[in-house]
Amino acid sequence: MAENEIVQSKVWVYAEQRQGRLADVGLELLGKTLELARPAGWKVASVLVGHSSVEFSERLLSFGPDEVLVADHPLLGSYCSQSYARVLESSVRKYEPEVFLLGATAMGSDLAARLAARLRTGLSAHCIGLELSSEKKLVALVPGWGGNVLARVTSPYTQPQMVTVMPGVFDLPKERKVFGRVIPLEVALKPEDVTYRVLEIKEEAIQEDALERAEVVTAGGWGVGSKADWQWVEDLASALKGAVGATRPPVDERWARDDQMIGQSGRTVHPRLYIGVGISGQMHHMVGIKGAELIVAINQDPQAPIFEQCDIGLVGDFREIIPHLIKVIQSYSG
Amino acid sequence: MRIIVCLKPVPDPRHWSRLGLDPKTKTLIRQGIPNVINPLDKKALEAALQLREGEGGEVLTLSMAPTSALPVLREGLAMGADRSILLSDAAFAGSDALATSYILATAIKKIAHYDVILCGDQTLDGSTSLVSAQIAEFLDIPNLMHVSAIEVQKDGRFHVRSQIERGERVVGIKPPMVLSVAKEINEPRYITLMNILEAEKKERQIWTSADLSFNERWVGLKGSPSQMADLLIPEGKRKMEILEGDPSEMAETLADRLHRMGYC
Repeated sequence: MAENEIVQSKVWVYAEQRQGRLADVGLELLGKTLELARPAGWKVASVLVGHSSVEFSERLLSFGPDEVLVADHPLLGSYCSQSYARVLESSVRKYEPEVFLLGATAMGSDLAARLAARLRTGLSAHCIGLELSSEKKLVALVPGWGGNVLARVTSPYTQPQMVTVMPGVFDLPKERKVFGRVIPLEVALKPEDVTYRVLEIKEEAIQEDALERAEVVTAGGWGVGSKADWQWVEDLASALKGAVGATRPPVDERWARDDQMIGQSGRTVHPRLYIGVGISGQMHHMVGIKGAELIVAINQDPQAPIFEQCDIGLVGDFREIIPHLIKVIQSYSG
Repeated sequence: MRIIVCLKPVPDPRHWSRLGLDPKTKTLIRQGIPNVINPLDKKALEAALQLREGEGGEVLTLSMAPTSALPVLREGLAMGADRSILLSDAAFAGSDALATSYILATAIKKIAHYDVILCGDQTLDGSTSLVSAQIAEFLDIPNLMHVSAIEVQKDGRFHVRSQIERGERVVGIKPPMVLSVAKEINEPRYITLMNILEAEKKERQIWTSADLSFNERWVGLKGSPSQMADLLIPEGKRKMEILEGDPSEMAETLADRLHRMGYC
């Protein structure tokens, strides 16, 4: 690592890591930021906080940031909002980035909130779109009111402009030629700065964010009606080699898993093809599929709002439509 | 144990279809939409009541809203809170999450002795999910979000379950602290008519800016770094083509389209 180098990057992107793995959202944001910052003439840094995370900095470099800033310290071994925010605050005060972006994950949201309060700067949370205005001000697209309203939010008068972005909104960048540098950040921490102790971490086996990456997503809603009929949503996905998502009710009913929920408080997907089954079309779900290229809706209720927000609508009983649909699809691929 | 629960009145989601946008001011028209307590905040209150049942002490609710929100906040007292404090002042109007957190933290400092501050993970309207962590920052105490279970140990420490993507952390943490709760934590209790009558006797305070000591530059519109440039009601710009025919005909038409577009 280079010592005592001056950090030049004006845009910082937090690279969340946990349990030996970099979160995809940190890379997605890096990709999008490189695209936004280049025309503005800004350099971009990935910011890594943790302990013994050298291999992460190498991996981050391969995605093209100008700098990878690393705060490495034994006391940063597991995430604690207070100690992490303290370390980042002192680095931000020292190097004064214009923009600081984080993923809107459980930890990223928490860390961003505390850091913004420490810095008394504006933070647009959970945004689903980013633009850079001609005055180099960041404009974040933030869903509110259950997705019924989208707000364009800026914090033009405080620095850094902070934003958290939902995972899956932007694509993973391609790896490219490495030209960036790794620069250590100063860490001054005392044991009492770590204000809670992680006793245990339980984690389900990591799936490679199948929903966010899927080319085809089928999703079911309350109208699917039962666990038994949920199988049709899954079978349709298999026929199209897609992933399965859900609205809130199927998750509450345990037809689908928590991590399959798509929408404002769930995941954001942008497949080429989305097929909604028994989904009424409430905004808090629809906001999560905004980026789909083609939206197909199957619902018995011709009045369902999803028919005003889809490309192709099928009014009818999915139990009669899907079996036939699968048969024809298989005849094409067979 | 003294537990403070932050309650926010929000427009009742059952009436959100009536939300409109003022084309001139670009602000939301919410006239005639009744307020309710933010649903996750009621779960925070339920968690507080359960803590009081186990540990003894006092539960008080803290809100920042116009005084017109008073009737809604009575519900917190009916659920079982001991007293309520409403922060209400024209100077607070227009506060974003940062300014709101600052004002709430200022009031909590005035309440002085406290062990646990409980909030909902997010509110229905703004859903920025910033306030709990930012209150903690202004009070310089630890916080945890996405809390699904709270257990008090014999030595006074807490074991708190906090959800993360595809899992959870169990965290050992010492009061004072701020916890924001996830929907999985509990089901709030029902309120009886008796509860409502009892609530009428409970202490309800209203604090204005005269009751608090704060930096004027950090509250209200001018203390709010986030600005709403624009509000839009998203419209589907989709083709909205409805297929004709019986189920098998529709299935065939769709499969044919998907095939021609290269999906299968």
